[in-house]
Amino acid sequence: MDFLVTNAEAIVFYTVAVLTVAGGIGVISFKNPVHSALALLETFVMVAVLFILRHAEFLAAVQVLVYAGGIMVLYLFVIMLARVKDVTMERVFLSGIAPLAILGGVLLGSLVAIGILLGTMATGAGGAAAMQAVEGVQRGNTEAVGWILYTKYLIPFEVVSVVLLVAMIGAIVFGRRDAVLAGPGEEVQS
Amino acid sequence: MISAEPYVTLSLILFCLGLIGLMVRRNFITVLMSLELMFNAVNINLIAFSFRLGDLAGQVLAIFVITVAAAEAAIGLGLIIALVRLKDTVTLDEADEMRG
Amino acid sequence: MSFYDLIWLVPVFPLAGAVFNGLVSNRLGLEKKVTHTVALIGSGLAWLWGWAAVVQWYLNEDITKPYVVKAFNWISGGDLTIFGGRVVPLDISASFQLDALSATMVGFVTFVGFLIHLYSVGYMHSEPDRDYARYFSYLNLFMFAMLTLVTGSNLPVLFVGWEGVGLCSYLLIGFYFQKDWCASAGMKAFIVNRIGDFGFLMAIFFAFFYFGTLEFDGLYQAMANDHHHVFAGAATIIGLLLFVGAMGKSAQLPLYVWLPDAMAGPTPVSALIHAATMVTAGVYMVARCNFFYQASPTAMLTVGVIGGVTAVFAATIGLVQNDIKKVLAYSTVSQLGYMFLAAGTGAYIAAIFHVVTHAFFKACLFLGSGSVIHGCGGEQDIRKMGGLKKYMPTTFWTFLVATVAIAGIPPLAGFVSKDAILAKTFEAGMTNLNGHGTTYYFLWFLGLAGAAMTAFYMFRLVYMTFYGSFRGGEEAEHHVHESPWTMTLPLQILAALSIVGGLAIGFPGQLFHFEGWSFIDRFLGPVVLSHGEHGHHAVSLGLEWSLVVLSVAVAVGGILLARRFYLNTDPAFAKADALATRFPLVYKLLLNKYWVDEIYGATFIAGTIKLSRLLWEFDARVVDGVVNGTALSTVGSSFISGVFDLKVVDGAVNLVAKGYDVASHRFRRLQVGFAQGYAMVMVFGAAVLLGIFYVIKL
Repeated sequence: MDFLVTNAEAIVFYTVAVLTVAGGIGVISFKNPVHSALALLETFVMVAVLFILRHAEFLAAVQVLVYAGGIMVLYLFVIMLARVKDVTMERVFLSGIAPLAILGGVLLGSLVAIGILLGTMATGAGGAAAMQAVEGVQRGNTEAVGWILYTKYLIPFEVVSVVLLVAMIGAIVFGRRDAVLAGPGEEVQS
Repeated sequence: MISAEPYVTLSLILFCLGLIGLMVRRNFITVLMSLELMFNAVNINLIAFSFRLGDLAGQVLAIFVITVAAAEAAIGLGLIIALVRLKDTVTLDEADEMRG
Repeated sequence: MSFYDLIWLVPVFPLAGAVFNGLVSNRLGLEKKVTHTVALIGSGLAWLWGWAAVVQWYLNEDITKPYVVKAFNWISGGDLTIFGGRVVPLDISASFQLDALSATMVGFVTFVGFLIHLYSVGYMHSEPDRDYARYFSYLNLFMFAMLTLVTGSNLPVLFVGWEGVGLCSYLLIGFYFQKDWCASAGMKAFIVNRIGDFGFLMAIFFAFFYFGTLEFDGLYQAMANDHHHVFAGAATIIGLLLFVGAMGKSAQLPLYVWLPDAMAGPTPVSALIHAATMVTAGVYMVARCNFFYQASPTAMLTVGVIGGVTAVFAATIGLVQNDIKKVLAYSTVSQLGYMFLAAGTGAYIAAIFHVVTHAFFKACLFLGSGSVIHGCGGEQDIRKMGGLKKYMPTTFWTFLVATVAIAGIPPLAGFVSKDAILAKTFEAGMTNLNGHGTTYYFLWFLGLAGAAMTAFYMFRLVYMTFYGSFRGGEEAEHHVHESPWTMTLPLQILAALSIVGGLAIGFPGQLFHFEGWSFIDRFLGPVVLSHGEHGHHAVSLGLEWSLVVLSVAVAVGGILLARRFYLNTDPAFAKADALATRFPLVYKLLLNKYWVDEIYGATFIAGTIKLSRLLWEFDARVVDGVVNGTALSTVGSSFISGVFDLKVVDGAVNLVAKGYDVASHRFRRLQVGFAQGYAMVMVFGAAVLLGIFYVIKL
């Protein structure tokens, strides 16, 4: 019992980590894209848990809301709208490229791992308290994030808003039935 | 309190998984989903360091990443719709008009 | 205004005639009547005005001094520093003078000139109108030049006339220029004359340098006042150089070669220019400048020696020539030699006397030969003539008279003047003139030998031409005819003058103890600058008579020898031919005129041609080579630049473009259009970068 109590965070972390990785593997492995989407959903939730573990509560909420709630739904809708003859395909992975790609990924990953292992990480006065401090006053994570977002990082915030606006416009442009991207030589029909 | 290393490692694994998936999958939708996976891995990294350093900038940055990911997902899915309308396929290897 | 005040009109009248005939008659092709009328008026007026001027001057003026008439200022240079540091202005004026010598020359030049103009009317009548006009234009031009020469009062004006007669000689010798050999003869005359003219010009320069004046009167005074013989050396130089000019103009050794070839011109031309007038210009000039020769024994001796040697040399050649005109040409050279021989002994008056008499009989001989040629239809070879005396009696008699004159038979003109010359030469030997007594004796002997030869070859000519039977063939014999009055009248006049002229002008009174009976001696006396004695009687009377008899005997001997060989021999000229075959080498030597022309051709002419060829080569190769080389190098360098631009510069540009082309071809393969491929490349790229980063770090 004591072991559980003292290492509660570790146990939770490792469990969640395993589940996350499993979800990731699932995303890239399933033949059916819907199954991939579900795996991805599961990954999202696990990541939210990880956020909570690190005392980023607000972000966990945002993660669930935006990713799980918005983006996932979007993907499912698209899967539905993309009326492909057969959603399931004969070949899942691209022939020939898979070994090479895996090699590349592993290579890059291992290189980075080497860096992590050999390097020393930065240290600072971290901790849960810092996650909630607003000008030295503890007010909770959300308020803290909100405070800093609207004071110190106001301009990036505005820029990101513009990005969203542009994305929205872009999506509408893409979504128009008539303004389909014309192929080479074809005229744009209006 | 666990140090940041496990988080970073986890982030790395997840990122590599997403990368491999990006490169390997034929279905365009799945490719985009792998891309989401990569974004999440980056977020995990950011939060881990935010906690470690006690700087909320990491969390703010993570918010921005989520926002941009959402925007990108929207655009990407719009692209899929366009591709489907044009080619009636979601497999990437058939979208090779830009060949040569 | 008297006639002699306008003495310069005497040359101008024929000049006007020449200009008219040359520019109007020639261009417009006027009738022959117009042409010869103008020409005869031109030369006739010159004759009449000249004689009038002389007579008037003789009567009115002091005949011991020259009467100078200045026409206009000709050359005005600045001040020049000359010999002895004197500073004199260079002022040459076109001025003319009348003195005893000029008067003599004007007297016979205008008269003989007019006669020959008259003769030419008949002789040239078969020429086309324009050639006729050209001929008379040149003939009048010649009169102008000759009269300028003899009336000029200074060396430059004389030189103008000198050059002018040379020019007209060229023009007239080459009158039938369509024939190559005639044109060449003209050029030969001009070029050989030019050599002489060069000497003359140098003499003028030296004269001005030493004396500061070129007027004859001035020079005469300068030499007369030169009691200390300061100018002896100058006189030698100037005298010799002047004589070089005389050698060219008067056809003495070695510049005589043009005269025989000058026979290519029409016969009246030969008569006027190459017998009577132009060739005597040299003698006139020496007489005019006698003050130089009197002061320079060397120059005088040179003149005499060359004159004497030439006299004999030319006579030897004349012995065997077969062209009637060539015989007369060599005879002229020989007689000119006599004139210079006289000048060389200081007997300038005798020289001028011989000039006058020679003009009479030589002109008569040439005109007679012209008549013969005309009558024989252009034939000039005496071997093809013969027995002409019955066909052309007037021509024959005049020719015979002139031949007797030239042979030196008294009392004809030739005898008087030639005898005077020989006497003076002997006297020079006797008095040991200037210390060259032996040389003068030798020259006298040469003169005597020459006289014998002269008589011989002239009578040979007469016998072969007029006696015996006609050898030119039946056909030609029918055409032989006497010439018209325009041709025979001058012949008769000249023959008459040949008879009486000698005694009239220069009666050798001293032979008969009569002093001062020689008109010409008195007349020309003041012209000559005498230094000291010169008594006429160094030679005793008896000796003088013996000399006369000797020269006559020699002449008669020559005639008899010619008679023996050439008169009525059967078969024709057997004896002469026998002699020729006995001495073939000598005969060949004489017939080929000692090959002098050939020697000149091989040495001077070939050398000059080689030099000019060398210079031409230099110009063509080196100079043009440099110019062409520059051009070539410019072309070459521009070619290289062009190639460089084309290959290198354009090549670089093209290479870059090609590089892009190739590279893009290769790189295009990368664009597989397969996005995930790109992703993979990115991954590997990142891995590589990381690896490098680690390597550098570690």
